[in-house]
Amino acid sequence: MASISNKAVKISQKHLLGIQDLSISDVNFILSEAKQFIKLNRSKNKKLDTLRGKTQINLFFEPSTRTQSSFELAGKRLGADVMSMNIVNSAIKKGETLIDTAMTLNAMHPNLIVIRHQDSGACNLLSQKVNCAVINAGDGRREHPTQALLDALTIIEKKGKIQGLRIAICGDILHSRVARSNIYLLNMLGAEVNIVAPTNLMPKDLEKFGINKFSDMKKGLKECDIVMMLRLQNERMNSSFLASNREYYEYYGLTPDKLDCAKSDALIMHPGPMNRGIEIDTNLADDINKSVIQEQVELGVAIRMACLKIFCD
Amino acid sequence: MKKKYFLNANILDPGNSLDEVGGIIINENGKIEAIGKKVNENNIPSREKYIDLKGKYIFPGLVDMRVFVGEPGYEYKENFRTLSNAALSGGVTSAVTMPNTNPIIDNVSMVDFLKRRGRDKSKINIFPTASLTKNLEGSNMTEFGLLQKKGIVGFTDGIRTIQNTRVMARIMNSAHDLSSLIIQHAEDFNLAENGMMNDGIISTKLGLQGIPDVAEKIIIERDLSLLEEYKCRYHISQISCKKSVNLIKKKKEFLKFSCGVSINNLSLNENDIGNFRTFLKLSPPLRTEEDRLSMVEGLNNKTIDVIVSDHKPEDEEQKRLTFSKAATGSSGIETLLPLSLELFHNGSVKLNTIIEALTNSPAKILKINKGNLSIGNDADFCIVDIYKPWIVKSENMFSKSKNTSIENKKLQGKVMNTFVNGEELYKI
Repeated sequence: MASISNKAVKISQKHLLGIQDLSISDVNFILSEAKQFIKLNRSKNKKLDTLRGKTQINLFFEPSTRTQSSFELAGKRLGADVMSMNIVNSAIKKGETLIDTAMTLNAMHPNLIVIRHQDSGACNLLSQKVNCAVINAGDGRREHPTQALLDALTIIEKKGKIQGLRIAICGDILHSRVARSNIYLLNMLGAEVNIVAPTNLMPKDLEKFGINKFSDMKKGLKECDIVMMLRLQNERMNSSFLASNREYYEYYGLTPDKLDCAKSDALIMHPGPMNRGIEIDTNLADDINKSVIQEQVELGVAIRMACLKIFCD
Repeated sequence: MKKKYFLNANILDPGNSLDEVGGIIINENGKIEAIGKKVNENNIPSREKYIDLKGKYIFPGLVDMRVFVGEPGYEYKENFRTLSNAALSGGVTSAVTMPNTNPIIDNVSMVDFLKRRGRDKSKINIFPTASLTKNLEGSNMTEFGLLQKKGIVGFTDGIRTIQNTRVMARIMNSAHDLSSLIIQHAEDFNLAENGMMNDGIISTKLGLQGIPDVAEKIIIERDLSLLEEYKCRYHISQISCKKSVNLIKKKKEFLKFSCGVSINNLSLNENDIGNFRTFLKLSPPLRTEEDRLSMVEGLNNKTIDVIVSDHKPEDEEQKRLTFSKAATGSSGIETLLPLSLELFHNGSVKLNTIIEALTNSPAKILKINKGNLSIGNDADFCIVDIYKPWIVKSENMFSKSKNTSIENKKLQGKVMNTFVNGEELYKI
């Protein structure tokens, strides 16, 4: 087995519920731990025994491909016993409340619970009821901390820093937990954050978070180092937010002419899954010189390994 | 019943402009025989025993215009007996109950049942409202005239709003003909759809769907425009934002109507929701501090007429959920007066204004002879130590449901005794 030095755990929180709760030293600690795992993940032997004997339960109430598999792989590479609950067949479908589910799982003495839930604050509620550490893998519109951390790691890997960069986050901000976590994290790390969205998809009072607001995408992308696109969350839309996907693409889809407003070496990011031809031009998404979407997925495993290791009790 | 004598109290009865140190005599029938400074040691028969209140306050029994009781259908949340005990401990002697029960109070036979239950099980005066529309559906109005004859004091869909403008206009016309009181819960459902809290920086931060303040204002604006055409007794159940206060203040210059505010919106703001505290999921939602201050100002300049508890008992199961799934409302009838007194203690509102908004003012809107201490009236009153400090603990609450919005809050002012019809029904 490959070996990595086991640092003493230095983190201010018991749970990873959101970037809002973390200090800058917490963030730097997670990022530096994750950097070590990047090399490991690219090597032949990927298995560690850091979390041997520990139990990790993945509790995904919403469909997820990359986050769930990323957390599962991260746990397994660290040597933990990973159990992914299949919600479709579980008692939750029979009307069990989140707290009862939490109490049931808690009785099995897990060391970590990774939760994704459609309701904002679900992970907070869970964390109040269980003894083990809770890792938020996305709650409603509120936070998706590991996504923001992996985005930051990707930017650092590619640009060498975050301080002083101008970063545009574009698209469906209203329904996006990724946007919220990224706003907190990128602000904390010293970036200038531009938010680009049609007003219907812009949450109230967002400017109070210390960002620049744009409804004109070209203006919002001006001189940006990073263009982060978000998925249009059609499944969360309950009434007419937009006239059509066609018009949305015309005004808010990332196309070569809009990207020209950003710096010439600007990088494209997307948390996935992508709606090609709606929020992003398909060729741009695949442009290996500009798009770092695959790197984001790769570094996601490293970030999640770091988080599991640090937060595991 | 023996005659009762209470002396040396600070008597505050805004309905009779009475604010003086004096006593009160309750006759054998539970009516007020005499009241005021004339009632003192020199003027009562020497053989009679009296109670010296030593500067404690006597207020008329409170009239709470917005109370949800679980009967019928939700007895596990609150029944008339538990509601009475909760109310009495808070000095409330008259409660206006909402029609949002199961079945809904929308027909005459339900009123008979309610009156009977209220009479048999309740120790306080119950003034039931009936729904404005059948089954709260917002389309067909209920029989205002017949329901009134059975003792209904007003009409409201409670937690629901009449969305259809034509229906509202017709309701107002009928209310005009039958002198009925219309009570509107003002919220545009389309704007507020799926909303859980005030739309603003906190909802953005918590990732919760917001309810914009304009959703309230737009209904008030519509209703008041209609009211100019179709005059009737119209009351806005509760308002929550500055936009509404400003609008109402302007309209009151030439239109006759009234409006209320929940003690929650007078005392708390959206920041109190903190880390998804579901007990503070309320309707109307808690808004910004600026909005809260506008409520206080509205109360001071009489734009707002009444303070209500918006007592909405919910069992723990309905609150131990994620914020979006949790039930709306808080239990508040027993803390209505003490929490209102906080506004006096912190210098925001005069004591007289507070007590008026809790007693005489709602009674006048409802046209009931309660909330005052006039000679010959039922002796419904409470004795209050307005300086007594205490801490709100849900385990000490009388209500069947413990969903208080102010758990662990330090308050000043406690009801010592509550009398209904001259009978002492609560004693600390």
